[in-house]
Amino acid sequence: MSHYSVWSVLREGLRGQTGWDRAWRDPEPKSEYDVVIVGGGGHGLATAYYLAKNHGITNVAVVEKGWLGGGNTGRNTTIVRSNYVQPVSTQFYEHSVQLWENLSHDLNYNVMFSQRGQLGLFHTPAARDGQAKRVNTMRACGIDAELLNREQVQAMVPHLDYSGNARFPILGAVLQRRAGTARHDAVAWGFARAADRLGVDILQQTEVQGILREGGRVTGVETSRGTIRAKKVGVAVAGSTGHVMAMAGIERLPIESHKLQAFVSEPLKPLLDYVIGYGAPGAHFYISQSDKGGMVFGGDLDFYNSYAQRGNLPIVQDVAECAMAIMPCLGRVKLLRHWAGIMDMSMDGTHIMSKTPVEHLYMNAGWCSGGFKATPASGWHFADLIANDRPDDLTAAFSLDRFERGYVIDEKGMGPTPKLH
Amino acid sequence: MIRITCPFCGERDHSEFSYGGDATVAYPALDASVEDWNEAVYLRSNPRGPHKEYWHHLNGCRAWLIVERDTLTHEVGKVEFAHPGLRNAVRTSV
Repeated sequence: MSHYSVWSVLREGLRGQTGWDRAWRDPEPKSEYDVVIVGGGGHGLATAYYLAKNHGITNVAVVEKGWLGGGNTGRNTTIVRSNYVQPVSTQFYEHSVQLWENLSHDLNYNVMFSQRGQLGLFHTPAARDGQAKRVNTMRACGIDAELLNREQVQAMVPHLDYSGNARFPILGAVLQRRAGTARHDAVAWGFARAADRLGVDILQQTEVQGILREGGRVTGVETSRGTIRAKKVGVAVAGSTGHVMAMAGIERLPIESHKLQAFVSEPLKPLLDYVIGYGAPGAHFYISQSDKGGMVFGGDLDFYNSYAQRGNLPIVQDVAECAMAIMPCLGRVKLLRHWAGIMDMSMDGTHIMSKTPVEHLYMNAGWCSGGFKATPASGWHFADLIANDRPDDLTAAFSLDRFERGYVIDEKGMGPTPKLH
Repeated sequence: MIRITCPFCGERDHSEFSYGGDATVAYPALDASVEDWNEAVYLRSNPRGPHKEYWHHLNGCRAWLIVERDTLTHEVGKVEFAHPGLRNAVRTSV
């Protein structure tokens, strides 16, 4: 496998691009691995990468039903930020942003992480107080955050609706300059290539159909390409967590599956330099512009349990109204595509990274609508959990039994109503 | 658009309704154990397939309904009142 560098680009340019290897192998499954990761999305691939890199465990397979990054990794709006208020979430997502900052070099693959800054708009004095608290929390945790007034926002993004009759008058915004976007496909591919180079087998088109157990302990997985035995199994299949965990006899979880839509417009000339988001009663919206020029945006969930990876029309209208309310200049832009991904909506809005009642079976789930930004830290900490068979200081808070113990991590204070997180 | 046939109003767009979650959840007695309450408040079967769920006909007759819907195909099956006794009580009082 060749190392990507300016020299390799020049060399291949001189010899007609004939020397590139495939980015990762397509091996036959071995009969046994030390660790099998179920799910070849960003989180599963990152877990395999950090198992190899941080813990020296290279006899690892990533088993994926479809193709790499075909689930939520390739369906999100690519936003990366760490502006949380619950202490453990703040630390976790900040660790993730720090990993993002060096990810392209670390993986030797350009994930196009662009720290263009994210503005969270607010529209009422009460919301300003809430966001001031957020800024203070972030700064107390050593994370960059600035509270901007209306004039400062207008100077940065002049084409929002600042008129006197705006549906959501803009009073100001929270700015996190280190936040931004990344190219989501490249994240899956970059982790896959880097893991493969360290010896991890990536098995696409391989569906897990059963989880093998003996005496309360996991012993492998049954797949569409035969039985694969494993000392440890990690499940990272957000969206289908219930379906896969049921194979291990864990039938009920603090998770509901909901779908979230995303949208992309026709390509435009440079229009929006930042990631912009806002939430107000009855409105929720976030938007950025891709490097290709498309406006990438989204809003609320479809609000009912679903495993269908396609969106429903009322939310299309809702999101379009949210867009027009804040950015009327989008009115004549044509929508290119819209799609949906299945979110693991947990009961407190925070992810679950935990041991399970089955020994040596680990779960990484419940990311709600915020899993993409977590990808590197998720892999880092999940690998640590699997390698050491115990949660590290940060991961312990995200355990599966926190609900029963009463230690929920409810970022928005919505209670056990998954569709509201 | 999902179409739900409200037993009172007839067939309507799902945008007239508000989703109320899993209708198979039964709350235990107030003095039930932590395990029982954990089961009711936090744990869900979350099936990929037929699902029994509450919908509130918020912008219609405002009745709470129990709807059988497939979470993979969105096909709607049987729809009935969540509180049929309440409806009878209203009828007899009029």
